[in-house]
Formats: sequence, structure tokens, C-alpha cells
Amino acid sequence: MTAPSASLLSADLSLSLYKTLYMTRRCEETIVRIYPEDNMKTPMHMSMGQEAVSVGVCRAIGGNGDVIASYRSHATYLAQTEDHGSFFGELHGRTNGTADGKSGSMHLADIPKGMLGSTGIVSAGIPVAMGAAFANKQKSPGRVAAAFFGDGATDEGVFWETLNASCAMKLPMMFVCEDNDLAVHTRKSERQGFNSLVEVVRKYKCDVYEDDTNDVESIYALTRKAIEKMISSGQPAFLNIKTYRYLEPCGTMQDSDAPYRRAEEDAYWKGRDCVALQRKRLLASGLAEKDLLKVEGDINAAIEKSVAAAKAAPHPGADLLSYGVFYETP
Amino acid sequence: MRRLNFADAINECLDQEMARDPSVFVYGIGVPDFKGIFGTTVGLAEKYGPNRCFDTPLAEDSMTGFALGAALKGMRPVHTHIRADFLLLTLNQIVNMISCHNYMTGGHTAVPLVVRAIIGRGWGQGAQHSKSLFSYFTHIPGLKVVAPATPRDGKGLLAAAIRDNNPVVFLEHRWLHWIEGEVPEESYEIPLGVAQIMRPGSDLTLVATSWMVIEAVHAGKILADSGINVEIIDPRTLAPMDMDPILASVRKTGRLLIADYDWLNSGLSAEIAANVGAACFGTLKQPIERIGFAPTPCPTVRTLENHFYPNAETIIRTVEKMLGRPPMDLTGVDFFSHERRFRGPL
Repeated sequence: MTAPSASLLSADLSLSLYKTLYMTRRCEETIVRIYPEDNMKTPMHMSMGQEAVSVGVCRAIGGNGDVIASYRSHATYLAQTEDHGSFFGELHGRTNGTADGKSGSMHLADIPKGMLGSTGIVSAGIPVAMGAAFANKQKSPGRVAAAFFGDGATDEGVFWETLNASCAMKLPMMFVCEDNDLAVHTRKSERQGFNSLVEVVRKYKCDVYEDDTNDVESIYALTRKAIEKMISSGQPAFLNIKTYRYLEPCGTMQDSDAPYRRAEEDAYWKGRDCVALQRKRLLASGLAEKDLLKVEGDINAAIEKSVAAAKAAPHPGADLLSYGVFYETP
Repeated sequence: MRRLNFADAINECLDQEMARDPSVFVYGIGVPDFKGIFGTTVGLAEKYGPNRCFDTPLAEDSMTGFALGAALKGMRPVHTHIRADFLLLTLNQIVNMISCHNYMTGGHTAVPLVVRAIIGRGWGQGAQHSKSLFSYFTHIPGLKVVAPATPRDGKGLLAAAIRDNNPVVFLEHRWLHWIEGEVPEESYEIPLGVAQIMRPGSDLTLVATSWMVIEAVHAGKILADSGINVEIIDPRTLAPMDMDPILASVRKTGRLLIADYDWLNSGLSAEIAANVGAACFGTLKQPIERIGFAPTPCPTVRTLENHFYPNAETIIRTVEKMLGRPPMDLTGVDFFSHERRFRGPL
């Protein structure tokens, strides 16, 4: 296990980041445990392993911004909303979910909380964040908009269109590339006709940041720096954050033995697991393990309560099939 | 009443909507330039500034997703395209993202955005600058699709589209921009989803869309001179379509001709025919007829273009055939063309 550096953040913030990180991990571990019950009839694209990106960035945005996630949406949704009640409701296809079960895992959203959506079309959310950035610039100066996407999305034309347009228009738009090197099973080296994405992006009129720590505090601090620069410079930020997906691309199973995996890489990343890293840092800073266990126990209990509430809530009736095709006044 | 051409009516609507609501903005390739999309956006950038009327990179796909993001944050974008053909570059955003965003988020998410595009014939526009694409959009749940045919409707329907909390695809025929009609000066809405009877009649129901409304009204007058009274209905909103006046008319006349400004195959005309067939089976006196584009890409050369597009003459001949009348002599009748621009009245 990699040793974490001492925290540069306040003790409260360090613990708070851990709580969100632990919560996102625990929610997905719960999915892994209960998915075989077959009550959640929705494809799962698991964030596990990558949580530090969403938690670090969303907490740095701190409620003063809007985000849109990729189809690997769980960590982003949970980090932005801290709401595992509607999360489990939606995954179970119940009326206490984000959309009465109509969205499932791939389209999680909570617009009042700045979670604008998640999309099953790779890269399609990126320009949506640009439009939100435009609106924020007009209506709420200082508020930012971030698009989360994998390195696979950078193969798509709309990524480049949005990078160009947002730089030309000088929008408070943050590109967050969750660079796990994989598009399903295909490596970046097989898909990209250039050597380094960040070197290409540096040619655009934006500020480029890189991280390869898997450390939520490092990502948090980097994002804060990027937001402050973005507000002063008035140009977009591009964050390329190296990360690693633990589970199969779609589904809840391990696939460490699959041909596309590399044993050394797998061991390397699991040795710098973002949740374990932050836990170790908290203990090293003097937090008693029994206190941490209490924190974790409370989160576990709250998640179990959300799962139970989801299972107890009704499925949508046939009357809800056509509800919401067009806008309905709340 | 004051008379205005269609382009000026659209321009006046945009101006009034931008003045009324600061969240309305108008953008797209070439929108603020001196030509201003057939004059429809002229003066807006000067009056409202570059944050409310602006040009974009040549990036239809991302600039459509842009509209969704802005709409989700409470703005009312009007994204404008000088050719409907370019909308094919926006389909991922419109169909995969915009049309279903409200549904996927529980039904209470306003997605107030308008996609304006110019459709149809100019002269020699060829296969990539002339499409209508009605059924591309009417096929998709969650989209409203509007195709006005008069200056008054253009202004009022666009105001309604901008104020609607749903995505609206607003399709304007290029030649319409020249036609004149009575247009109230004050701001007003014509509700989406309400058809209009353009001419009452009892012999045959003629449903026409977009530019074919102009051709139908022209044909209707010529037919009336020889004693044939067709009832002309302009749905105005193609989705959701106001079927009741169409059904009521067919129940009265027993005959239906649909003159769509699009291809027939899997088109809007087939949808109308299916609905009328199901609802009026017992009262139809003969099979429903449809006219529209030839089933080919649009050719550029004028001699073939004239065969590709239907017009008032096509309507007259089809009506005569349906009613068992001999073809009338149309010698000396002027039909519309790029050179013989129709300017009204309507």
C-alpha cells in the first residue's frame, strides 16, 4: 500500500472527503452484494476504483457548480448529491427514485443539486456542460460547469467541437477526463493517433492540469486551483486525471483475468486504492480507528436503510408510462 | 391591419421575445452576420449584444448540446440553422439527449429550447440543401415540431415555441420568407398543436404542410373557379398533430388528399393517412391520396427539380383525378417559382 502524504487540508475536510469516498464505495459494494437478487434490472457501469475523481472534483466545486456524468455515473451522482436514497430507489426501479425508475443507472440526475444528467452516449454530455457554463457565466458568475468523461470519449468528434467552442467562447467550463486508458476493452494506444492528449489540449486556449495520484485530497486541491484560475482567467480548465476501473466495463463482476487486463497494473492500482489511501491518512493524522469505524458504521447503516426503503417503495404503475414525455408542472 | 413579410414577422417575434424575457437568446452559424438568415435575425446582435445573439464555430453537434445545458439552467435558447440538412449533424443531441431528458429525469424538467431551421426549395439547392426532414423529428416522442405557412402564424407560433417548456423544432420554408400577410404588431402566441382551416369546402379535404399550404391555397382558388370546393387544412404543428379538424372534415367530404412537403415513404403523410383511415374508414368514399417529393434525392438542374417538387398544378391534377373530372386547361396560369416569387395576399 502506498503511504499517503500528510494532509494539507483541515482535519474536518479530510474526514468529510473520506466520508463521501467511503459512501460511494460502500454503495457500490452493496450493489455487488445484492445485484444477484435481481431486483435492480438495470445495466451497471461501476465506478469502483475511480471514485477519487468524482469525489475530489465535486467536493471542490462544493455546490457552486453543475456537473454532468458519463454512463459510469454512480460516483459522480453520489458525490454531487450525497443522496443514496433516490440512488437505490432508481436502481430498484421504484417511485422513490430520481425518475420513478425510468432512468435507471445510466441517466441519474438531480438538477436542483447541479447534477444535470448522465448519458449512455459516450461524450454526449460534454457539450451540455458547455451550455450550462454559458448560462452560469451570464446568470451566476463564479459558478462553474464540469463534464466528466472517460478517455474513450476523447475519440469522439463532439469532444473536440466542445473543446474548441468553449475555448473560443471563454466559458467557465471544466473538462474532467477520467483517464483509465480503456474504452471497454480497448487501450488508448490502439485508438489514438497522437501520443499525449494533454499535449494536444495544451495548444487550445485553456488551462491544463494533470494528476496521477489517485489521492482524493490531491484531486480536490488541484480542482480548487483550477476553479480559481478559471474564474480569474475566464478560460476553460482541462483536468486529466489518471485512474483505474476495478470491475468489468458493464456489470458488477471482477474481470482481472480477462485478456485485456495486466496483472502488474491491477496490483499497482489496487495498491493505491483511493479509499484505503484516505483512511490510512486519517489514521496517521491521529484519528482513532474506533472513531473511524463508528463513522463507517453509520454510513453502512444509512445505506442499508436506503436499500430497504427502495425495496419497500412501489414500482411505477402503467399510468406513469406516458407521464413526462412532455414537461409536467410539478 | 399592418402587412409584413414572413422574414420580418419572424424577426419581429425574436425581437419582442428577447425584449420580454432576458433568458431568450438567439445563436447559430451566421446568425449575427449582415444577411441574418434571410433577414430573420437582422439587427438582434446590435440591439441585444453578443451574449444574446451570436455566431458559433461550425459545430452543430456540440452547439446543440449547448442548448440543452443552457435550457437546464433556465435560459431559452433559439438555435438557428440556415439549412435543415445541417440538422442531421444535431440528431444525437436532439434525439438521444434533448427529446428524452425530461422523461429521464422524472417529468418536471423544463427543456425550453427551439431549433429553427430553413427547409425546402430555393433554386438548384440539390440533394444536401433542400430537405424537410419532418418525419425525422415527428417520429420522436418528446419533441414538438412546427411548420408555419403564413407570416401571422410564423410570428405567433414562434412566440409559443419560445415560451414552451419543451424542445420545439421549428421548420420554415425558404420561399415563405418573401410572402406577405397581415401580422399584428403586438406580441401574441398562436398555441402549438392547433390546426387551421385555410379554406372551407365540401368536395374534398386537402391537408397541406408548410409551402404546400401556399400551393394548396393557390390550387383551391383555381379549382373553385371550376366549381370544385376543397377544404384546406394546415396542421401548422406537425407534432403533436391536431387530428380532430382533419377527421371532422373527412367525415364531411369523404375524401382526403395529403400534400406533404416531404418524401412520402414512411413520412408524415403516411401517419396522417393511417390515423384518418382508422377513424374514418366507414365514411371514406375512396382511397386516401398523397403527394410529395419524388422518391429520389433532390436533383439540382431545374428541369428535374420541377419534376421532383409537387406544386399547385400537381394538386389540381390529383383532385381532378380523385373526383373523376377531366383535366382543366391551365394554359396561362402562373405557378410559383424562384423567379415568380409569391408575395401574397394570404
